[in-house]
This record gives sequence, C-alpha cells and structure tokens, in this order.
Amino acid sequence: MKYKSVFDIIGPVMIGPSSSHTAGAARIGLVARSLFGREPKWADISLYGSFAKTYKGHGTDVALIGGLLNFDTYDERIIQAKEIAKEKNMKVKFIEEDALSDHPNTARLRIGDENGEMELVGISIGGGKIEITELNGFQLKLSGHNPAILVVHDDRFGAIASVSNVLAKYEINIGQMDVSRKEKGKMALMTIELDQMVEDEVLNELRALPNITQVTRIVD
Amino acid sequence: MFRNVAELVELAVSQNKKISDIMIEQEMKVKSKTKEEIMSFMERNLEVMEQAVERGIQGVKSHSGLTGGDAVLLQAYIEKGNFLSGKTILDAVSKAVATNEVNAAMGTICATPTAGSAGVVPGTLFAVRDKLNPTREEMVHFLFAAGAFGFVVANNASISGAAGGCQAEVGSAAGMAAAAIVEMAGGTPAQSAEAMAITLKNMLGLVCDPVAGLVEVPCVKRNAMGAANAMVAADMALAGVTSRIPCDEVIDAMFKIGQSMPTALKETAQGGLAATPTGRELEAKIFGIPLNKRG
Repeated sequence: MKYKSVFDIIGPVMIGPSSSHTAGAARIGLVARSLFGREPKWADISLYGSFAKTYKGHGTDVALIGGLLNFDTYDERIIQAKEIAKEKNMKVKFIEEDALSDHPNTARLRIGDENGEMELVGISIGGGKIEITELNGFQLKLSGHNPAILVVHDDRFGAIASVSNVLAKYEINIGQMDVSRKEKGKMALMTIELDQMVEDEVLNELRALPNITQVTRIVD
Repeated sequence: MFRNVAELVELAVSQNKKISDIMIEQEMKVKSKTKEEIMSFMERNLEVMEQAVERGIQGVKSHSGLTGGDAVLLQAYIEKGNFLSGKTILDAVSKAVATNEVNAAMGTICATPTAGSAGVVPGTLFAVRDKLNPTREEMVHFLFAAGAFGFVVANNASISGAAGGCQAEVGSAAGMAAAAIVEMAGGTPAQSAEAMAITLKNMLGLVCDPVAGLVEVPCVKRNAMGAANAMVAADMALAGVTSRIPCDEVIDAMFKIGQSMPTALKETAQGGLAATPTGRELEAKIFGIPLNKRG
C-alpha cells in the first residue's frame, strides 16, 4: 500500500497552493539537500510532465529551492526562497523537459558545489508524499517519510550482512531495504528505511566496516 | 490494516467502534505511538484548519488576483438571512472557499487530502460544529473518520489531480467529509460508507483544468460545491438512502475513469477551462507570455 499513515491524507501542514506541486516539491528539495549533506552552490533542475507545465503558478520552483535551503513544507520562507537563494549566491536553473516520465510530477535535480555533485530524481505522488526513484544513476525507492540511510559499498560477499548485523546490535529495525548495483562486483548501493533515527555512533561503526565507502543519513 | 471500505465498516461494526476509532488504532500500530500522541498531532492539523478558515473569512487575495474575497461575500450574504439553500450548507461553502482562498494566496493550510482540495473537510466541519456542538475531541475524531475514507481512496484509486483528475482531489475530499459528517451526526459506519459512495458518484469524471496552472480557477469554487455535495449526501445517508453501487466499486470506477482521462484534463492546464479563450488570456496576463507558448 502506497499510503500507510492517516497523516498522509490529513496533512501535511504546508504553504499553499498545491500539495503535490508545492509541498511535494519542497520535500524533494529537502531530501536532495540532506543526501548532499550540505547546501549546494548550484542546482540545475529539470521538470517533467505536469511539473513542467504548471510549476510557475504552483510555486514548484520556489518550493524546490526552499527544500534545497532546508525549509520544511510549512516554512513561510518558501515564498521568498528565490530571493534567499540569490542572497546566498546559490545559482538555480530550471529546465522544462518535453520527455515523457513514468510519473506526471517528476523532477531531476543536479546539484553541486566545488567539492562534488549529485543527481537525484524525485516524484511527487499526491498529497505531499514523494518517492525518490534515482540517485546518481542508481534506481531506488525511498518514501521520504521514514528515517533512512544510504550505504555505498563494494559489491562483495557479506557486505550487506555486516551492515544489518550492526543495525541489529543497536536494536534498529529495518522497515524496507533495497540493494542495487550497476555492474557485478563494482559499486553498489543499499537503501535502508528504518523505524527510528540512527545515532552518529552507529553511522561511524557502519563506515568502519570493510567494503563500505559511504554512509549517509536522511533526516526524518 | 483495512484495505477497502467494506473492511473498514466490518472492523467498526464487529468491534462496535466508530470509524474514527479504527483509524486511530491503526495509526497507533503503524507509527508505534500512543493514542495521546496521535490525537495531539491531529489536533495541530485542526488548529491550522481553524486558523485558515478564520483568515479566509476576514478576506485574502491571491498574488495573481484571480481569487480572494468570495468567502467574505458569502458570509455577508448569510448575515442578511435571505438565502435559499440553508444556513449550514452556505456556511460550509463559505468556509471551504475561505480555506482555498488562503491556499491560493500561499497561506498556511493543512492538505486534506491535498492542498487544492483543502477546503471541503474543514469547511463542512466548522459549519456542522455550530449545528451539532461537538467537543474538541469529537472534532479531532471527525478528521480521523475523514482520513479513514481518504486512506482507502489514496490506496485504491488516487488523490492526485495529475494522476486522476479533480475527482481524485475535490471528489475524494467531498466523500471523506460526507462520511465524517455522518459519524459526527450519530450515523452508523455503514451510513458513512453510503454517504461517501453517494458523494463520489456525483464527482466522477471531474476534470482537473486549472486556469494558468494555478490552484485558483476553478479550484476554489469546486471546493465550495464539494462541501455542498458532502452536506447533501450526508443528509441523504442519514435519511436511510443507500447507493446501489457499493462504495468500493465507486472508488474503483473513479480509478479507472482517472486512468482513461486524457493528460490534457489532468492538471496540465492544457484542456478544459484552462484552454478557453478567457483562460488563455488570464494565463498570458499573469505570466506575461504569448498565448501560444503553452498548451
């Protein structure tokens, strides 16, 4: 079932005018920022389907920028997000794409700064709920509602078990887990949704495991 | 976890509980939280709804200038007392409009189930309040009852205009409101389901054709009619009227209609009212772009 909580239906509290185009967009921006781990200096944002056709009137653009600035769906600063980004010297470009996407409300965000870049595809599935479908070319599923961690690792025997063992040791329950890789034996990605937030010490222990290259927490 | 309306009603009947109680208990399980935590979270949503209604009734204007001020007109009209349809209905309509005018003005609202359809549930709730004098807790229960039905629609059809047209937004909201009104008025869980079915049947096929792509025209007035539709359907269900087509089948029909609807009529501003000469003119005026640039 796509929707598990009544608060996906009655909620979120948000700045108008559109839950899928404004609140959902803010959440996509917010998840992108938290995955990037810091405020990006630039963002090239491609919009598809209904996002591309109606983003100006729905405030989809200001909401996406607001998310990148770490504003939540109900943060009234979203309305001024463009000006705030300008003050902070964040360069944002919007591209209206004609290509068909799997979902009518799709955004592809390429963000970066002098230390790195990241690419993410998010979809807004209605009522402010989102899914992240792609990260740096990896297909993945993230509801955006549960605490989650992303683990980049080498595709080796035992890597997945070692991560789940550490989580088990700290009594952290896994709600959903996806593993994807581009090629056998090369770089792979674990997407793990958890029932609770994880502390730094858990992340550090995960980072110290063999074959694990990067561990990122997604803020709840 | 209930998957459809039939299961929801069955759970309520077999346990001798209200629909809202079933929803609260499910949420406690899903979130591993206490009843107090779940109730207070919903109470916060109720407060946001109340503030939006109050603000809208005082009068707001959207940035585009397309909407705003109609809730004020309606309240003044009710005050005069010469209305035709009925005070509670008109009050629900004005408060639904108030909420959506605040939404259009980029104000703070609670999506119910979406922002474009955020007026119907609070509009009817705050109008019915004056008639039924519920406690604050009962008002919170109203939102859980509405949420339970919305939950079924979201999982079996859609609550997104881009995916299912306006029937999925204002249609869902109106059905949710009708079901919740019935519960608050003392109707049975089965009557709530009938009210939902009757409402949704009358919203089937509703296209999503926002002028200039804005959540303003015709969204605000559709929330008004969604509220009126919910009130009448609730009264019909309470009178004992039933839907010949069961609620779950109506929801399934809505899903299939949404799928077969052309993209032009699903929140793309390419068809319907958005594509009328006046719609295009407004669009050009607001965004300062040639008429043939879009659509």
